[in-house]
Amino acid sequence: MSTATLEAQQPGASASDAIQSFTVTFLIRRFDPDVDTEPRWQDFDVEMYATDRVLDALHKIKWEQDGSLTFRRSCAHGICGSDAMRINGRNRLACKTLIKDLDISKPIYVEAIKGLPLEKDLIVDMEPFFASYREVQPFLVATSTPEAGKERVQSVAQRAIFDDTTKCILCAACTSSCPVFWTDGQYFGPAAIVNAHRFIFDSRDDNAQTRLDILNDKEGVWRCRTTFNCTEACPRGIEVTKAIAEVKQAVMRGKP
Amino acid sequence: MTATIEAPRTPARPARKGGANLEKWGWIYMRASGVLLLVLIFGHLFTNLMLGDGIHAIDFGFVGGKWADPFWQWWDVLMLWLALIHGANGMRTLVNDYTNPGTVQKLLKGALFAAAAVLIVLGTLVVFTFDPCPAGAPADLLPSFCAAL
Repeated sequence: MSTATLEAQQPGASASDAIQSFTVTFLIRRFDPDVDTEPRWQDFDVEMYATDRVLDALHKIKWEQDGSLTFRRSCAHGICGSDAMRINGRNRLACKTLIKDLDISKPIYVEAIKGLPLEKDLIVDMEPFFASYREVQPFLVATSTPEAGKERVQSVAQRAIFDDTTKCILCAACTSSCPVFWTDGQYFGPAAIVNAHRFIFDSRDDNAQTRLDILNDKEGVWRCRTTFNCTEACPRGIEVTKAIAEVKQAVMRGKP
Repeated sequence: MTATIEAPRTPARPARKGGANLEKWGWIYMRASGVLLLVLIFGHLFTNLMLGDGIHAIDFGFVGGKWADPFWQWWDVLMLWLALIHGANGMRTLVNDYTNPGTVQKLLKGALFAAAAVLIVLGTLVVFTFDPCPAGAPADLLPSFCAAL
């Protein structure tokens, strides 16, 4: 769909070998807590190449047009999980969203992720998100003592069970796309459950029961409505809803 | 000697105390009753609309005849209980999703509970006590087949 838009514009371009660039309009939801009482939409025109990312556009705006534009980014290569934002109504990483994959015949809407307190422009307070994450004890708890000088042995098959959920980068794209989390901030949210899943099904871990008890809470896995928003939002391609379902099964069994 | 190291942080919410977890059983109930209701509802529709004369056979006498049979009494009562609790619980989760904890939420949940309870009690009463030809009723209010009794 979006590629067709680009191709359609190419015949009109000059015959030179210069790489085609496009003027893309960005509508960014701005909020300055010192001035604004409500967020407002502001538009910026940016000259972009098809291979540029939305993050490049934000950089260009901040460096060349309006230095007050505020957003988080660290590695800029899809690993640190800092720049999750809502682009054209979908949660994605700005550094992994290419211009050529968006329909640039219309403005591109960029806003902060939902469900967490908005602090400034594209920055939200991540503390409630990390509080839920800490709650599920996302670290190895092993009471056994491995053989002297040896590691705890784990087979390839045992590792494969939780391989998917080890990929989480804690960007909050899933949790802030979850409609249950939007109205009920008490809900643990998909990311916390994914990270609990990673240790619940780890054969070296001895604390699965505690984590299952924590997630068997009123605000735990049972609030999941299998909307699949989280699975669609995850920039790492984790099957989040499936992981939540596996935790539900484990709670019902009473063991991983 | 072993030393116990205190937990570094107090949890943001108190740990759930033991006892039955209603959210868990509610979730399991929705799945179990859903499967049962598939059989009950489609069985109900099939016998009422397709068997014999099908839809043309449905009248007061047809319903009266069905409720004279304990098998259909229990079929219908089971359907009534499972469906109403299933529906009310589904509505409860919607209320949880769309309202914040407070008076409005309590009111809505109270109304849901009351509606489901009244319908279940009345429905059960009707199915088990239904008499198409009550003794002593004026003849012009009774269906024609009562004269044959």
